[in-house]
Amino acid sequence: MRFSDQFEARFTEMLTHYPTKRSVLVPTLLYAQDEAGFLSDEVITEIAGRLDLTELDVRNVISYYSMLTTKPRGKFNVQVCRNISCLLRGADELIEHCEKKLGIAHKGTTPDGLFSFEEVECIGACSWAPAAQVNYDFHENLTAEKMDRILDEYRTKVQ
Amino acid sequence: MAELVSHPDEVRVVAKRFGKGATNIDRYLELDGYKAVRKALGMQPDAIINEVKNSGLRGRGGAGFNTGLKWSFVPKQSAKPKYILCNGDESEPGTCKDRLIFEEDPHSVIEGVIIAGLAVGASSGYIYIRGEYRYLLEIMQKAIADAYAKGFLGKNIFGSGRDFEVYWHGGAGAYEVGEESALMESLEGKRGVPRIRPPFPAVVGLWGGPTVINNAETLASVPPIILGGAEWFANLGTPKNGGTRLFCLSGHVNKPGVYELPMGYNLKKMIYEVGGGIPNGRKLKAVVPGGSSCPLLTSEEIDLPMDFDTLMKAGSMLGSGGVVMVDDSTCMVKFALRIMKFYQHESCGWCIPCREGTDWLMKTLTRFHSGGGIRKDIDNIQYLSENMLGRTFCPLGDAAALPTISIVKKFRKEFEDHLEGRPCPFEKKGAVERLPVFA
Repeated sequence: MRFSDQFEARFTEMLTHYPTKRSVLVPTLLYAQDEAGFLSDEVITEIAGRLDLTELDVRNVISYYSMLTTKPRGKFNVQVCRNISCLLRGADELIEHCEKKLGIAHKGTTPDGLFSFEEVECIGACSWAPAAQVNYDFHENLTAEKMDRILDEYRTKVQ
Repeated sequence: MAELVSHPDEVRVVAKRFGKGATNIDRYLELDGYKAVRKALGMQPDAIINEVKNSGLRGRGGAGFNTGLKWSFVPKQSAKPKYILCNGDESEPGTCKDRLIFEEDPHSVIEGVIIAGLAVGASSGYIYIRGEYRYLLEIMQKAIADAYAKGFLGKNIFGSGRDFEVYWHGGAGAYEVGEESALMESLEGKRGVPRIRPPFPAVVGLWGGPTVINNAETLASVPPIILGGAEWFANLGTPKNGGTRLFCLSGHVNKPGVYELPMGYNLKKMIYEVGGGIPNGRKLKAVVPGGSSCPLLTSEEIDLPMDFDTLMKAGSMLGSGGVVMVDDSTCMVKFALRIMKFYQHESCGWCIPCREGTDWLMKTLTRFHSGGGIRKDIDNIQYLSENMLGRTFCPLGDAAALPTISIVKKFRKEFEDHLEGRPCPFEKKGAVERLPVFA
């Protein structure tokens, strides 16, 4: 299992921030996932080994946090907020639109592996609702048309 | 990234550097940056605590506890290291203010952490930022690095002979982690389940050491208090509710946005003048005054000053500053269901009343909204919710129950209108409930 130099540098630095090794676990898992796409058995074994934890310890933590996943996802994970502020400004319609446009439902991935779709809870964009995140990018004050443009932009990014 | 708004009634204390490029440390210094911590270095710890106590600053995360008083609970002598923990795991639905602080003025949080450390005798602090806010974590990482480079952090800060370390920490998606004891569990690399109290974090916190945990907005309010004085800050608000706060207006309102208004600002004025009223010629039906955990107010109950004590008297809470307007086209059963789905999703499962209660309530409300409700359900929803109150390690159970109880009590007729197989009166196509998808 090889991570990027940036990952290794950050990991080494983070270990110096805490009195216990285990404390780096949550951010390390997310950074590892960013590089590997998902937390595979191999990644879990590697991180457990580095932190002197059992694989079960690591899996217990992974299953708790909603951003961490042990299953492959699309290159672009489209996360539309469904919580109250977004709901009041058309989140249901936006979710329906995305599902139709991408042809997948909640937690699904397109056959070409480009997009996955997820309804998520509050992402802290309440005053700019409805909102979505594609990977870590925020997209706010959305309409169906704006969402189409955004998805098309990500599609062209790959080509 | 996040758009800024303004209104003439705003009093900018925490937001005074918003839109002014203060993420740059030199710009921050030009705008009175790191002056408060220099002043605090010349003060006795008790003097700092008293200043903050007398300012009437109360926890901006939602609990509204006097910040200076919280600091005073930290023992003077401790065998284990003491810590400051900044709670930037903002995730209360309706709340998007800490995001702006991190985005526009990250150094104010760092400065608040250092001053808190000087007050309680801690020499390190952690700034925990939720995982979804990756770009803010990067802004904070740079801000911390810049502060180290200037000698404001590390050994011998500001040439004072004192050492102080500040570290960043990123989450990975969990509402429950915004609760102080779960936050510590998460920082220690574990599942974010709450700890039983006592002992309180001020005595036994991170890695067993005394720990002060404050919301990002609370900590960003500290430097202005040290510079401007307790009296000045207290006088901005109402008695026992010092200062200003960031109110996040969202939902059915013409000018949504984050506005910094004095504590005690009238809610009706906030909705109709600052927020520009309700769009599309609709009427206001209800207001969530401080994030989804708070009991709702009806449109008849909004002529009141927004401070912790008044909202408590009105049977609700000032909460985390998320003010969500709900117009008369909204089905309150659906609204209650949406809130309950959230808490069911976010319950960590540690305490049975919360884990089971949120699940049964979600199932009942789902069936009810789809037209399968029976009259007895209405009282059952209330009864189940009331039985969750105060029976869990952390307030998530209460957070799920309180808004639900208020909706059943205040909008009972809407529940009755769903009975006898009638479709939801607010849905054009009738109640369409999508089946849950299990991943």
